[in-house]
Amino acid sequence: MVRTFDPNLSLEAADLACIRDDRVLFEHLGFTLATGELLMLEGRNGSGKTSLLRILCSIRLPDAGAVWWCGEEVQRLGPDYHEQLSYVGHKDGIKQDLTPEENLRMARALGRPSPELDIPEALELFGLYGFEDVPTRTLSAGQQRRVALARLVATEAPLWILDEPFTSLDRDGIGVFESVMETHLERGGMIVMTTHHRVALEGERVKRINLTA
Amino acid sequence: MSALSTPRAMALLLRRDLLLAYRRRAELINPLLFFVLIATLFPLGVGADSRLLQTAGPGIVWVAALLAALLSLDSVFRSDFEDGTLEQLMLSAHPVSLLVLAKVFAHWLVTGVPLILVSPLIGVLLSIPSRAMPVLVASLALGTPVLSLIGAVGVALTVGLRRAGIILSLLVLPLYVPVLIFASSAVDAASSGLPVGPQLYILAAMLVAAVSLAPVAAAASLRVSLS
Repeated sequence: MVRTFDPNLSLEAADLACIRDDRVLFEHLGFTLATGELLMLEGRNGSGKTSLLRILCSIRLPDAGAVWWCGEEVQRLGPDYHEQLSYVGHKDGIKQDLTPEENLRMARALGRPSPELDIPEALELFGLYGFEDVPTRTLSAGQQRRVALARLVATEAPLWILDEPFTSLDRDGIGVFESVMETHLERGGMIVMTTHHRVALEGERVKRINLTA
Repeated sequence: MSALSTPRAMALLLRRDLLLAYRRRAELINPLLFFVLIATLFPLGVGADSRLLQTAGPGIVWVAALLAALLSLDSVFRSDFEDGTLEQLMLSAHPVSLLVLAKVFAHWLVTGVPLILVSPLIGVLLSIPSRAMPVLVASLALGTPVLSLIGAVGVALTVGLRRAGIILSLLVLPLYVPVLIFASSAVDAASSGLPVGPQLYILAAMLVAAVSLAPVAAAASLRVSLS
């Protein structure tokens, strides 16, 4: 039995603006994301995609507007909101001197551990079987990315915020991660992501926002 | 499955940081070596006049401890900031201030405790009388955690800057001065056989204030640095 997320979850943003070094990257940006939906952010380099993701994570404050999770402002929710989201940013967020297993154990301590996959299963899903006890430093860039992505399935969060998740993954890795995203959406999860790759997910559940336009 | 309890998460974070410190143990030696070097070079510089050393000793030990603490500060958050694990900490389901407290505690265990352990030896080198040794150790035990805690706020504020060294010292050193004054005065008083209660109580009060306020300030500063 696959557990599904609460179908009433929603992420909403209204009138967001981001100003960097006196330059307006975007303004009057808003969207609503319901369960099972994927929001794809597009735009040139430097158009503010990463800044928008960081605003949605509540790492960065928007220069105008606000973000709501299930009707409550995320700044006010604080850790209660963080418990609901997993973020994989530009930086992998893994410790080079720790093994993949130790890295995932820490991720599970900080978030909500997944009841379905334990750490070896999460690593195996991303093809890291046999690498669980070597220092992450010795792995290739693609494998380190896989460790970072394995964090998503080792913890349980309905909202995934992903900044270029396919960077340095090989074709096989992209395929695996696409099917992982597919499963997440079917369970009623939500994804906000940026990518320059074509993603095989299509249909009505995929929304797009172009920041350059 | 619900999230782990916050104390459990703090314990795991403490364990992680100690493990990381153990895997890079060569870097750990630096502050300790620095502390020992200053204290051993001093008698060579000013001469082995034991009366002179006795008057200056408490101050030397404490200045050395303070500079060693300053030297080691950057490692509290710097590497976490660079590899992105700091973002993950900020986005955890637990209060950031408590996670910061766990990190600072780990930092103190690997940088502060070794100083406390070698301090009696340094005391002998600087001919601090043996009756003042317990007070020297006590003042370091109360004072070095304060240095780590105050330092964590400074590092949290400057971690986003490329060259933070000088700003960090300028920010943190003035806040270290009260610790320096009361701690060396305690050791001074003890070596002349005077009561040391007041100084140690004030150090203890500083520790209590730092434990309760610094993690909150550091968490807020980290939020500023990351955004």
